[in-house]
Amino acid sequence: MPGLEDLYREIILDHYRNPRNRGELETPPARRVEGFNPLCGDEIVVYVQVDDDGRIDDIKIGGQGCSISQSSASMMSSAVKGKTVDEARALTRAFKALMTIHESRLDGGDGSGTDTPTPDPEVKLGDLEALQGVVKFPVRIKCATLSWNTLGQGLDEVGTEITP
Amino acid sequence: MALDVQAIKKDFPIFDERDKPLVFLDSAASSQKPRAVLDAMTDYYERSHANVHRGVYALAEEATARYEGARSRVARFINAPSEREVLFSKNVTESLNLVAQSWGRANLSAGDVVVLTEMEHHANIVPWLMLKEQLGIELRYIPVTPEHVLDLSHLDQLLDGAKLLSFTAMSNVLGTVNPIRRLTDAAHAAGAVVVVDAAQLVPHQRTDVQALDVDLFAFTGHKMLGPTGIGVLWGREALLDSMPPFLGGGGMIREVRLDGFTPDELPHKFEAGTPPIAEAVGLGVACDELDRYGMDEVWAHEQQITEYAIRTLAERFGDDLVVFGPPASDQRGGVLSLGFKGLHPHDITQVLDHSGVCVRAGHHCAKPLMKCLGVGAVVRASFYVYNDTSDVDALADALQACSDFFGL
Ligand SMILES: Cc1ncc(COP(=O)(O)O)c(C=O)c1O
Repeated sequence: MPGLEDLYREIILDHYRNPRNRGELETPPARRVEGFNPLCGDEIVVYVQVDDDGRIDDIKIGGQGCSISQSSASMMSSAVKGKTVDEARALTRAFKALMTIHESRLDGGDGSGTDTPTPDPEVKLGDLEALQGVVKFPVRIKCATLSWNTLGQGLDEVGTEITP
Repeated sequence: MALDVQAIKKDFPIFDERDKPLVFLDSAASSQKPRAVLDAMTDYYERSHANVHRGVYALAEEATARYEGARSRVARFINAPSEREVLFSKNVTESLNLVAQSWGRANLSAGDVVVLTEMEHHANIVPWLMLKEQLGIELRYIPVTPEHVLDLSHLDQLLDGAKLLSFTAMSNVLGTVNPIRRLTDAAHAAGAVVVVDAAQLVPHQRTDVQALDVDLFAFTGHKMLGPTGIGVLWGREALLDSMPPFLGGGGMIREVRLDGFTPDELPHKFEAGTPPIAEAVGLGVACDELDRYGMDEVWAHEQQITEYAIRTLAERFGDDLVVFGPPASDQRGGVLSLGFKGLHPHDITQVLDHSGVCVRAGHHCAKPLMKCLGVGAVVRASFYVYNDTSDVDALADALQACSDFFGL
Protein backbone atom coordinates (compact mmCIF):
# COMPACT_ATOMS: atom_id res chain seq x y z
CA MET A 1 0.00 0.00 0.00
CA PRO A 2 1.79 3.11 -1.19
CA GLY A 3 2.27 5.68 1.53
CA LEU A 4 2.09 3.19 4.34
CA GLU A 5 5.53 1.84 3.55
CA ASP A 6 6.93 5.19 4.65
CA LEU A 7 5.62 4.48 8.09
CA TYR A 8 6.11 0.76 8.26
CA ARG A 9 9.61 0.25 6.93
CA GLU A 10 10.77 -3.34 6.82
CA ILE A 11 13.28 -2.77 9.60
CA ILE A 12 10.53 -1.39 11.83
CA LEU A 13 8.40 -4.45 11.23
CA ASP A 14 11.42 -6.62 11.95
CA HIS A 15 11.98 -4.98 15.33
CA TYR A 16 8.25 -5.26 16.04
CA ARG A 17 8.13 -8.97 15.24
CA ASN A 18 11.48 -9.74 16.91
CA PRO A 19 11.94 -7.17 19.64
CA ARG A 20 15.48 -6.89 21.01
CA ASN A 21 16.25 -6.72 24.72
CA ARG A 22 12.76 -7.70 25.87
CA GLY A 23 12.58 -8.59 29.52
CA GLU A 24 13.31 -7.36 32.99
CA LEU A 25 16.36 -6.56 35.10
CA GLU A 26 16.76 -6.88 38.80
CA THR A 27 16.05 -3.64 40.66
CA PRO A 28 18.35 -2.49 42.13
CA PRO A 29 20.96 -2.37 40.67
CA ALA A 30 18.83 -1.55 37.61
CA ARG A 31 16.28 1.24 37.61
CA ARG A 32 12.73 0.64 36.44
CA VAL A 33 10.79 3.47 34.77
CA GLU A 34 7.32 3.39 33.28
CA GLY A 35 6.07 5.52 30.43
CA PHE A 36 2.47 5.94 29.28
CA ASN A 37 0.84 7.18 26.15
CA PRO A 38 -2.49 8.29 27.57
CA LEU A 39 -3.92 8.71 24.09
CA CYS A 40 -3.81 5.05 23.20
CA GLY A 41 -3.16 3.28 26.47
CA ASP A 42 0.30 2.08 25.47
CA GLU A 43 2.67 1.53 28.30
CA ILE A 44 6.34 0.84 28.29
CA VAL A 45 8.72 -0.24 31.00
CA VAL A 46 12.41 0.52 30.66
CA TYR A 47 14.94 -1.21 32.92
CA VAL A 48 18.25 0.54 32.70
CA GLN A 49 21.43 -0.36 34.52
CA VAL A 50 24.29 2.12 34.62
CA ASP A 51 27.71 1.05 35.87
CA ASP A 52 30.09 3.11 38.01
CA ASP A 53 31.72 4.61 34.93
CA GLY A 54 28.40 6.00 33.75
CA ARG A 55 27.99 3.39 31.04
CA ILE A 56 24.66 1.69 30.26
CA ASP A 57 25.74 -1.89 30.79
CA ASP A 58 22.28 -3.36 30.36
CA ILE A 59 18.82 -2.35 29.28
CA LYS A 60 15.56 -4.28 28.98
CA ILE A 61 12.14 -3.33 27.69
CA GLY A 62 8.74 -4.42 28.95
CA GLY A 63 5.17 -3.31 28.40
CA GLN A 64 2.92 -3.32 25.40
CA GLY A 65 2.22 -1.07 22.51
CA CYS A 66 1.88 -0.63 18.79
CA SER A 67 4.48 -1.52 16.20
CA ILE A 68 5.87 2.00 16.21
CA SER A 69 6.32 2.31 19.96
CA GLN A 70 7.60 -1.25 20.29
CA SER A 71 10.04 -1.07 17.41
CA SER A 72 11.28 2.33 18.51
CA ALA A 73 11.91 0.91 21.98
CA SER A 74 13.65 -2.11 20.54
CA MET A 75 15.91 -0.01 18.32
CA MET A 76 16.59 2.36 21.16
CA SER A 77 17.64 -0.46 23.45
CA SER A 78 20.09 -1.80 20.86
CA ALA A 79 21.40 1.67 20.13
CA VAL A 80 22.14 2.76 23.70
CA LYS A 81 23.35 -0.49 25.19
CA GLY A 82 27.05 -0.15 25.98
CA LYS A 83 26.99 3.61 25.45
CA THR A 84 27.76 6.14 28.16
CA VAL A 85 24.90 8.12 29.62
CA ASP A 86 26.14 11.20 27.78
CA GLU A 87 26.26 9.35 24.50
CA ALA A 88 22.76 8.05 25.09
CA ARG A 89 21.54 11.55 25.75
CA ALA A 90 23.16 12.81 22.56
CA LEU A 91 21.44 10.02 20.66
CA THR A 92 18.14 10.91 22.30
CA ARG A 93 18.56 14.52 21.21
CA ALA A 94 19.32 13.44 17.67
CA PHE A 95 16.33 11.12 17.58
CA LYS A 96 14.00 13.70 19.02
CA ALA A 97 15.25 16.26 16.54
CA LEU A 98 14.05 13.87 13.88
CA MET A 99 10.63 13.93 15.52
CA THR A 100 10.32 17.05 17.61
CA ILE A 101 9.40 19.78 15.23
CA HIS A 102 6.20 17.97 14.75
CA GLU A 103 5.74 16.81 18.29
CA SER A 104 6.04 20.33 19.67
CA ARG A 105 3.73 21.68 17.04
CA LEU A 106 1.16 19.19 18.22
CA ASP A 107 1.10 20.01 21.87
CA GLY A 108 3.05 23.20 22.31
CA GLY A 109 6.22 21.65 23.67
CA ASP A 110 7.71 18.23 24.00
CA GLY A 111 6.64 18.09 27.60
CA SER A 112 10.12 18.08 29.02
CA GLY A 113 11.02 21.64 28.21
CA THR A 114 14.58 20.87 29.18
CA ASP A 115 16.02 19.14 26.18
CA THR A 116 14.95 21.11 23.14
CA PRO A 117 17.08 18.96 20.92
CA THR A 118 19.98 20.42 19.09
CA PRO A 119 21.40 17.38 17.39
CA ASP A 120 25.10 16.83 17.37
CA PRO A 121 25.98 16.33 13.69
CA GLU A 122 28.50 13.69 14.81
CA VAL A 123 25.74 11.46 16.16
CA LYS A 124 24.76 8.69 13.76
CA LEU A 125 21.22 7.42 14.02
CA GLY A 126 21.72 4.38 11.81
CA ASP A 127 18.67 2.11 11.75
CA LEU A 128 16.71 4.63 13.76
CA GLU A 129 16.41 6.79 10.67
CA ALA A 130 13.86 4.27 9.47
CA LEU A 131 11.47 5.89 11.93
CA GLN A 132 11.66 9.16 10.06
CA GLY A 133 8.52 8.29 8.11
CA VAL A 134 6.55 8.62 11.33
CA VAL A 135 6.59 12.42 11.07
CA LYS A 136 4.16 12.18 8.20
CA PHE A 137 1.67 10.62 10.61
CA PRO A 138 1.58 13.16 13.44
CA VAL A 139 -0.53 11.16 15.87
CA ARG A 140 2.09 8.42 15.82
CA ILE A 141 5.00 10.62 16.84
CA LYS A 142 4.13 10.15 20.49
CA CYS A 143 4.36 6.39 19.94
CA ALA A 144 7.87 6.74 18.52
CA THR A 145 9.13 9.01 21.30
CA LEU A 146 7.54 7.17 24.23
CA SER A 147 10.48 4.88 24.99
CA TRP A 148 13.00 7.69 24.56
CA ASN A 149 11.19 9.94 26.98
CA THR A 150 10.99 7.05 29.39
CA LEU A 151 14.70 6.29 29.06
CA GLY A 152 15.45 10.00 29.58
CA GLN A 153 13.49 9.96 32.79
CA GLY A 154 15.40 6.87 33.94
CA LEU A 155 18.75 8.45 33.17
CA ASP A 156 17.72 11.62 35.02
CA GLU A 157 16.87 9.54 38.07
CA VAL A 158 20.14 7.66 37.89
CA GLY A 159 21.94 10.97 37.48
CA THR A 160 20.47 12.49 40.61
CA GLU A 161 21.67 9.48 42.55
CA ILE A 162 25.24 9.58 41.27
CA THR A 163 25.81 13.31 41.55
CA PRO A 164 25.09 14.34 45.13
CA MET B 1 -40.28 0.76 7.16
CA ALA B 2 -36.58 0.07 6.78
CA LEU B 3 -34.22 3.03 6.55
CA ASP B 4 -33.27 4.16 3.06
CA VAL B 5 -29.57 4.60 3.69
CA GLN B 6 -28.75 5.94 0.25
CA ALA B 7 -31.34 8.70 0.71
CA ILE B 8 -30.20 9.38 4.26
CA LYS B 9 -26.57 9.71 3.16
CA LYS B 10 -27.65 12.61 0.95
CA ASP B 11 -28.82 14.46 4.06
CA PHE B 12 -25.20 14.55 5.29
CA PRO B 13 -22.86 16.93 3.44
CA ILE B 14 -19.78 15.06 4.64
CA PHE B 15 -20.58 12.19 2.28
CA ASP B 16 -20.83 14.54 -0.75
CA GLU B 17 -18.30 14.37 -3.54
CA ARG B 18 -15.20 12.76 -2.14
CA ASP B 19 -12.23 11.28 -3.92
CA LYS B 20 -12.93 7.95 -2.35
CA PRO B 21 -16.10 6.98 -0.53
CA LEU B 22 -16.08 7.74 3.16
CA VAL B 23 -16.61 4.66 5.27
CA PHE B 24 -17.38 6.30 8.57
CA LEU B 25 -17.59 3.80 11.40
CA ASP B 26 -16.95 6.04 14.38
CA SER B 27 -20.34 7.47 15.26
CA ALA B 28 -20.06 6.20 18.83
CA ALA B 29 -17.37 8.86 19.26
CA SER B 30 -19.34 11.52 17.41
CA SER B 31 -21.94 11.32 14.67
CA GLN B 32 -21.91 13.23 11.42
CA LYS B 33 -24.30 16.17 11.04
CA PRO B 34 -27.21 16.41 8.62
CA ARG B 35 -27.61 19.53 6.50
CA ALA B 36 -30.84 20.39 8.31
CA VAL B 37 -28.96 20.80 11.60
CA LEU B 38 -26.20 22.90 10.05
CA ASP B 39 -28.72 25.05 8.18
CA ALA B 40 -30.79 25.64 11.31
CA MET B 41 -27.72 26.82 13.19
CA THR B 42 -26.66 29.13 10.38
CA ASP B 43 -30.20 30.42 10.04
CA TYR B 44 -30.31 31.09 13.76
CA TYR B 45 -27.10 33.12 13.59
CA GLU B 46 -28.12 34.92 10.42
CA ARG B 47 -31.65 35.84 11.47
CA SER B 48 -32.30 35.49 15.16
CA HIS B 49 -29.16 35.83 17.20
CA ALA B 50 -29.14 37.87 20.40
CA ASN B 51 -28.46 36.81 23.95
CA VAL B 52 -31.31 34.90 25.53
CA HIS B 53 -33.45 35.68 28.58
CA ARG B 54 -32.09 39.21 28.82
CA GLY B 55 -33.25 41.63 26.19
CA VAL B 56 -36.78 42.95 25.86
CA TYR B 57 -36.36 43.76 22.19
CA ALA B 58 -37.97 41.56 19.59
CA LEU B 59 -34.78 39.93 18.36
CA ALA B 60 -33.79 38.81 21.86
CA GLU B 61 -37.27 37.43 22.35
CA GLU B 62 -36.97 35.51 19.13
CA ALA B 63 -33.62 34.04 20.17
CA THR B 64 -35.10 33.07 23.52
CA ALA B 65 -38.07 31.48 21.79
CA ARG B 66 -35.81 29.39 19.59
CA TYR B 67 -33.66 28.31 22.55
CA GLU B 68 -36.68 27.43 24.68
CA GLY B 69 -38.32 25.80 21.68
CA ALA B 70 -35.34 23.50 21.45
CA ARG B 71 -35.77 22.61 25.09
CA SER B 72 -39.39 21.60 24.48
CA ARG B 73 -38.31 19.60 21.46
CA VAL B 74 -35.74 17.67 23.48
CA ALA B 75 -38.28 17.14 26.26
CA ARG B 76 -40.65 15.61 23.73
CA PHE B 77 -37.88 13.44 22.30
CA ILE B 78 -37.31 11.69 25.62
CA ASN B 79 -40.94 11.97 26.81
CA ALA B 80 -40.07 14.19 29.75
CA PRO B 81 -43.21 15.29 31.59
CA SER B 82 -42.04 18.90 31.76
CA GLU B 83 -39.53 21.00 29.89
CA ARG B 84 -38.54 22.54 33.22
CA GLU B 85 -36.81 19.21 33.85
CA VAL B 86 -34.58 19.50 30.79
CA LEU B 87 -31.28 21.23 31.50
CA PHE B 88 -28.78 22.14 28.82
CA SER B 89 -25.09 21.63 29.54
CA LYS B 90 -21.93 21.46 27.48
CA ASN B 91 -21.96 17.67 27.07
CA VAL B 92 -22.85 14.55 29.00
CA THR B 93 -19.59 14.84 30.91
CA GLU B 94 -20.68 18.18 32.30
CA SER B 95 -24.15 16.80 33.06
CA LEU B 96 -22.63 14.00 35.15
CA ASN B 97 -20.27 16.39 36.91
CA LEU B 98 -23.28 18.54 37.70
CA VAL B 99 -24.97 15.58 39.36
CA ALA B 100 -21.87 14.62 41.33
CA GLN B 101 -21.08 18.13 42.51
CA SER B 102 -24.62 19.36 43.10
CA TRP B 103 -26.53 16.31 44.29
CA GLY B 104 -23.42 14.58 45.61
CA ARG B 105 -22.10 17.38 47.78
CA ALA B 106 -25.57 18.11 49.15
CA ASN B 107 -26.45 14.51 49.95
CA LEU B 108 -23.29 12.54 50.58
CA SER B 109 -20.72 12.45 53.31
CA ALA B 110 -17.78 10.30 54.34
CA GLY B 111 -18.52 6.58 54.13
CA ASP B 112 -21.65 6.95 51.98
CA VAL B 113 -21.83 4.47 49.14
CA VAL B 114 -22.14 5.21 45.42
CA VAL B 115 -22.48 2.23 43.08
CA LEU B 116 -21.13 2.30 39.51
CA THR B 117 -20.31 -0.45 37.03
CA GLU B 118 -17.02 -1.68 35.62
CA MET B 119 -18.12 -0.77 32.10
CA GLU B 120 -18.41 2.99 32.63
CA HIS B 121 -16.91 5.67 30.47
CA HIS B 122 -14.46 7.84 32.43
CA ALA B 123 -17.18 10.53 32.40
CA ASN B 124 -19.13 8.40 34.85
CA ILE B 125 -16.18 7.37 37.00
CA VAL B 126 -13.92 10.37 37.45
CA PRO B 127 -16.60 12.75 38.81
CA TRP B 128 -17.31 10.14 41.51
CA LEU B 129 -13.62 9.55 42.18
CA MET B 130 -13.32 13.30 42.64
CA LEU B 131 -16.15 13.17 45.13
CA LYS B 132 -14.38 10.30 46.85
CA GLU B 133 -11.36 12.56 47.28
CA GLN B 134 -13.48 15.51 48.36
CA LEU B 135 -15.89 13.76 50.73
CA GLY B 136 -14.47 10.32 51.42
CA ILE B 137 -17.40 8.45 49.88
CA GLU B 138 -17.07 4.74 49.09
CA LEU B 139 -17.41 3.46 45.51
CA ARG B 140 -18.63 0.00 44.62
CA TYR B 141 -18.68 -1.45 41.15
CA ILE B 142 -21.07 -3.91 39.55
CA PRO B 143 -18.70 -6.35 37.79
CA VAL B 144 -18.77 -7.40 34.16
CA THR B 145 -19.15 -11.13 33.35
CA PRO B 146 -16.99 -13.04 30.84
CA GLU B 147 -19.99 -12.69 28.48
CA HIS B 148 -19.53 -8.92 28.76
CA VAL B 149 -22.80 -8.10 30.45
CA LEU B 150 -23.28 -6.82 33.98
CA ASP B 151 -23.07 -9.46 36.68
CA LEU B 152 -26.26 -8.85 38.64
CA SER B 153 -25.89 -11.89 40.90
CA HIS B 154 -24.88 -9.77 43.88
CA LEU B 155 -26.82 -6.67 42.94
CA ASP B 156 -28.81 -6.41 46.15
CA GLN B 157 -25.68 -6.76 48.26
CA LEU B 158 -23.88 -4.09 46.24
CA LEU B 159 -26.86 -1.76 46.55
CA ASP B 160 -27.33 -2.43 50.24
CA GLY B 161 -27.02 0.92 52.01
CA ALA B 162 -26.12 2.75 48.77
CA LYS B 163 -27.23 6.33 48.30
CA LEU B 164 -26.86 6.43 44.53
CA LEU B 165 -26.48 4.13 41.54
CA SER B 166 -25.04 5.57 38.33
CA PHE B 167 -24.59 3.41 35.23
CA THR B 168 -24.30 3.51 31.50
CA ALA B 169 -27.41 2.64 29.50
CA MET B 170 -25.22 1.17 26.78
CA SER B 171 -21.50 0.48 26.87
CA ASN B 172 -19.49 2.56 24.40
CA VAL B 173 -17.03 -0.34 24.09
CA LEU B 174 -19.07 -3.53 24.32
CA GLY B 175 -22.37 -2.37 22.88
CA THR B 176 -24.04 -4.04 25.86
CA VAL B 177 -27.45 -2.55 26.61
CA ASN B 178 -27.98 -2.67 30.34
CA PRO B 179 -31.35 -3.54 31.89
CA ILE B 180 -32.25 -0.03 32.98
CA ARG B 181 -35.57 -0.86 34.51
CA ARG B 182 -34.29 -3.82 36.48
CA LEU B 183 -31.33 -1.85 37.86
CA THR B 184 -33.57 1.11 38.62
CA ASP B 185 -36.13 -0.95 40.49
CA ALA B 186 -33.44 -2.64 42.54
CA ALA B 187 -31.79 0.68 43.37
CA HIS B 188 -35.08 2.28 44.32
CA ALA B 189 -35.90 -0.68 46.54
CA ALA B 190 -32.58 -0.04 48.29
CA GLY B 191 -33.42 3.66 48.64
CA ALA B 192 -30.81 4.84 46.14
CA VAL B 193 -31.16 7.61 43.57
CA VAL B 194 -30.67 6.42 39.98
CA VAL B 195 -28.50 8.24 37.43
CA VAL B 196 -28.13 7.02 33.86
CA ASP B 197 -25.38 7.90 31.38
CA ALA B 198 -27.44 7.54 28.23
CA ALA B 199 -24.87 8.99 25.82
CA GLN B 200 -24.89 5.82 23.71
CA LEU B 201 -28.58 5.00 24.01
CA VAL B 202 -30.57 8.15 23.25
CA PRO B 203 -29.07 8.49 19.74
CA HIS B 204 -30.15 4.98 18.81
CA GLN B 205 -33.27 3.90 20.68
CA ARG B 206 -36.65 5.44 21.42
CA THR B 207 -36.36 6.89 24.90
CA ASP B 208 -39.08 7.36 27.49
CA VAL B 209 -37.64 8.63 30.76
CA GLN B 210 -40.98 8.17 32.49
CA ALA B 211 -41.26 4.51 31.55
CA LEU B 212 -37.66 3.93 32.62
CA ASP B 213 -38.53 5.43 36.02
CA VAL B 214 -34.98 6.75 36.53
CA ASP B 215 -34.22 9.91 38.51
CA LEU B 216 -31.50 11.64 36.49
CA PHE B 217 -30.64 10.97 32.88
CA ALA B 218 -27.77 12.48 30.91
CA PHE B 219 -26.84 12.49 27.23
CA THR B 220 -24.83 14.43 24.69
CA GLY B 221 -25.87 16.23 21.51
CA HIS B 222 -22.98 15.46 19.20
CA LYS B 223 -23.57 11.70 19.19
CA MET B 224 -27.19 12.13 18.02
CA LEU B 225 -26.72 14.18 14.84
CA GLY B 226 -26.52 17.40 16.86
CA PRO B 227 -23.63 19.82 17.18
CA THR B 228 -20.78 19.63 19.67
CA GLY B 229 -20.97 21.86 22.73
CA ILE B 230 -24.39 20.81 23.98
CA GLY B 231 -25.47 18.14 26.41
CA VAL B 232 -28.60 17.44 28.38
CA LEU B 233 -29.49 16.49 31.90
CA TRP B 234 -33.03 15.44 32.54
CA GLY B 235 -34.15 14.99 36.14
CA ARG B 236 -37.33 14.69 38.15
CA GLU B 237 -38.52 18.16 38.98
CA ALA B 238 -38.69 17.67 42.75
CA LEU B 239 -35.19 16.23 42.79
CA LEU B 240 -33.71 19.01 40.64
CA ASP B 241 -35.53 21.56 42.80
CA SER B 242 -33.88 20.14 45.89
CA MET B 243 -30.39 20.31 44.38
CA PRO B 244 -28.14 23.33 44.88
CA PRO B 245 -26.80 25.15 41.79
CA PHE B 246 -23.66 23.78 40.16
CA LEU B 247 -22.06 26.74 38.37
CA GLY B 248 -22.76 30.24 39.55
CA GLY B 249 -23.09 33.41 37.50
CA GLY B 250 -25.48 35.32 35.32
CA GLY B 251 -28.66 33.69 34.11
CA MET B 252 -29.04 31.35 37.10
CA ILE B 253 -30.04 33.83 39.80
CA ARG B 254 -33.21 35.53 40.91
CA GLU B 255 -31.49 37.92 43.28
CA VAL B 256 -27.91 38.83 44.11
CA ARG B 257 -26.81 40.91 47.07
CA LEU B 258 -23.33 41.58 48.34
CA ASP B 259 -23.83 38.95 51.01
CA GLY B 260 -25.72 36.28 49.17
CA PHE B 261 -27.89 35.17 46.27
CA THR B 262 -31.15 33.41 45.50
CA PRO B 263 -31.06 30.99 42.57
CA ASP B 264 -33.58 31.17 39.78
CA GLU B 265 -36.15 28.47 39.12
CA LEU B 266 -35.68 25.41 36.97
CA PRO B 267 -34.24 25.01 34.45
CA HIS B 268 -32.34 28.30 34.61
CA LYS B 269 -30.94 27.53 38.05
CA PHE B 270 -28.52 25.11 36.37
CA GLU B 271 -27.67 27.22 33.32
CA ALA B 272 -25.17 29.81 34.46
CA GLY B 273 -23.76 32.11 31.82
CA THR B 274 -24.71 32.48 28.17
CA PRO B 275 -25.88 29.04 27.09
CA PRO B 276 -25.07 27.23 23.84
CA ILE B 277 -27.99 28.79 21.96
CA ALA B 278 -27.24 27.85 18.37
CA GLU B 279 -26.22 24.40 19.56
CA ALA B 280 -29.57 23.95 21.30
CA VAL B 281 -31.33 24.99 18.09
CA GLY B 282 -29.23 22.44 16.22
CA LEU B 283 -30.03 19.72 18.73
CA GLY B 284 -33.73 20.43 18.42
CA VAL B 285 -33.52 19.90 14.67
CA ALA B 286 -31.43 16.75 15.21
CA CYS B 287 -34.38 15.39 17.20
CA ASP B 288 -36.66 16.28 14.25
CA GLU B 289 -34.39 14.42 11.86
CA LEU B 290 -34.16 11.35 14.08
CA ASP B 291 -37.94 11.27 14.45
CA ARG B 292 -38.31 11.68 10.72
CA TYR B 293 -36.17 8.55 10.28
CA GLY B 294 -38.10 6.92 13.10
CA MET B 295 -36.29 5.81 16.25
CA ASP B 296 -37.69 2.29 16.09
CA GLU B 297 -36.43 2.02 12.52
CA VAL B 298 -33.04 3.43 13.54
CA TRP B 299 -32.67 0.79 16.25
CA ALA B 300 -33.85 -2.04 13.99
CA HIS B 301 -31.48 -0.90 11.27
CA GLU B 302 -28.48 -0.87 13.57
CA GLN B 303 -29.38 -4.28 14.95
CA GLN B 304 -29.41 -5.66 11.43
CA ILE B 305 -26.02 -4.22 10.57
CA THR B 306 -24.54 -5.40 13.85
CA GLU B 307 -25.86 -8.90 13.31
CA TYR B 308 -24.51 -8.86 9.73
CA ALA B 309 -21.15 -7.55 10.91
CA ILE B 310 -20.68 -10.15 13.62
CA ARG B 311 -21.64 -12.93 11.21
CA THR B 312 -19.56 -11.64 8.28
CA LEU B 313 -16.44 -11.01 10.31
CA ALA B 314 -16.70 -14.43 11.96
CA GLU B 315 -17.10 -16.11 8.56
CA ARG B 316 -14.17 -14.30 7.04
CA PHE B 317 -11.69 -14.35 9.90
CA GLY B 318 -12.76 -17.09 12.30
CA ASP B 319 -10.55 -17.25 15.35
CA ASP B 320 -8.21 -14.56 14.05
CA LEU B 321 -10.78 -12.01 15.08
CA VAL B 322 -12.14 -11.37 18.56
CA VAL B 323 -15.42 -9.50 18.85
CA PHE B 324 -15.97 -8.12 22.35
CA GLY B 325 -19.44 -7.78 23.79
CA PRO B 326 -22.47 -10.05 23.90
CA PRO B 327 -23.83 -11.85 20.81
CA ALA B 328 -26.17 -9.95 18.48
CA SER B 329 -29.52 -9.51 20.20
CA ASP B 330 -31.82 -6.77 21.33
CA GLN B 331 -29.47 -6.38 24.30
CA ARG B 332 -26.69 -5.19 22.06
CA GLY B 333 -26.31 -1.98 20.11
CA GLY B 334 -24.26 -1.07 17.07
CA VAL B 335 -20.86 -0.84 18.69
CA LEU B 336 -18.30 -3.47 17.79
CA SER B 337 -14.95 -3.65 19.52
CA LEU B 338 -12.45 -5.93 17.87
CA GLY B 339 -9.12 -7.58 18.34
CA PHE B 340 -7.36 -8.90 15.24
CA LYS B 341 -4.46 -11.36 14.99
CA GLY B 342 -2.59 -9.86 17.88
CA LEU B 343 -2.04 -6.66 15.93
CA HIS B 344 -2.06 -3.50 17.93
CA PRO B 345 -5.25 -1.43 17.42
CA HIS B 346 -3.17 1.58 16.40
CA ASP B 347 -1.59 -0.33 13.58
CA ILE B 348 -4.91 -1.75 12.45
CA THR B 349 -6.62 1.64 12.35
CA GLN B 350 -3.66 3.16 10.53
CA VAL B 351 -3.98 0.63 7.73
CA LEU B 352 -7.77 0.86 7.77
CA ASP B 353 -7.53 4.62 7.42
CA HIS B 354 -5.41 4.03 4.38
CA SER B 355 -8.32 2.07 2.92
CA GLY B 356 -10.66 4.96 3.71
CA VAL B 357 -12.25 3.20 6.70
CA CYS B 358 -12.60 5.38 9.81
CA VAL B 359 -12.62 3.34 12.99
CA ARG B 360 -11.22 4.18 16.38
CA ALA B 361 -8.39 2.61 18.33
CA GLY B 362 -7.68 3.07 21.98
CA HIS B 363 -9.10 2.55 25.43
CA HIS B 364 -12.23 4.56 24.54
CA CYS B 365 -12.14 6.35 27.88
CA ALA B 366 -12.90 3.12 29.67
CA LYS B 367 -9.59 2.09 31.23
CA PRO B 368 -11.10 0.02 34.05
CA LEU B 369 -13.10 -1.92 31.45
CA MET B 370 -9.97 -2.48 29.33
CA LYS B 371 -8.39 -3.95 32.42
CA CYS B 372 -11.26 -6.37 32.88
CA LEU B 373 -11.08 -7.33 29.21
CA GLY B 374 -7.35 -7.91 29.68
CA VAL B 375 -6.34 -5.59 26.83
CA GLY B 376 -4.74 -2.17 26.60
CA ALA B 377 -6.79 -0.99 23.67
CA VAL B 378 -9.31 -2.21 21.11
CA VAL B 379 -10.40 -1.26 17.62
CA ARG B 380 -13.98 -0.04 17.62
CA ALA B 381 -16.40 0.17 14.71
CA SER B 382 -19.81 1.71 15.34
CA PHE B 383 -22.88 2.08 13.16
CA TYR B 384 -25.50 4.73 12.62
CA VAL B 385 -28.26 5.79 10.25
CA TYR B 386 -25.94 6.41 7.29
CA ASN B 387 -24.17 3.04 7.48
CA ASP B 388 -25.19 -0.14 5.77
CA THR B 389 -23.79 -3.59 5.06
CA SER B 390 -21.48 -2.18 2.36
CA ASP B 391 -19.60 -0.40 5.16
CA VAL B 392 -19.21 -3.71 6.95
CA ASP B 393 -17.88 -5.29 3.75
CA ALA B 394 -15.42 -2.42 3.37
CA LEU B 395 -14.32 -2.97 6.96
CA ALA B 396 -13.81 -6.68 6.33
CA ASP B 397 -11.85 -6.00 3.13
CA ALA B 398 -9.70 -3.47 4.94
CA LEU B 399 -8.98 -5.96 7.72
CA GLN B 400 -7.89 -8.45 5.09
CA ALA B 401 -5.64 -5.83 3.52
CA CYS B 402 -4.21 -5.13 6.94
CA SER B 403 -3.47 -8.79 7.50
CA ASP B 404 -1.78 -8.99 4.07
CA PHE B 405 0.21 -5.84 4.73
CA PHE B 406 1.69 -7.15 7.95
CA GLY B 407 2.31 -10.50 6.28
CA LEU B 408 0.19 -12.47 8.72
C1 LIG C 1 -21.07 6.19 27.50
C2 LIG C 1 -20.43 7.54 27.32
N1 LIG C 1 -20.44 8.42 28.33
C3 LIG C 1 -19.89 9.63 28.23
C4 LIG C 1 -19.28 10.05 27.06
C5 LIG C 1 -18.68 11.42 27.00
O1 LIG C 1 -19.34 12.24 26.10
P1 LIG C 1 -18.96 13.77 25.98
O2 LIG C 1 -17.52 13.80 25.59
O3 LIG C 1 -19.85 14.30 24.92
O4 LIG C 1 -19.21 14.39 27.30
C6 LIG C 1 -19.24 9.16 25.98
C7 LIG C 1 -18.60 9.50 24.70
O5 LIG C 1 -17.48 9.79 24.52
C8 LIG C 1 -19.82 7.88 26.12
O6 LIG C 1 -19.78 6.99 25.12
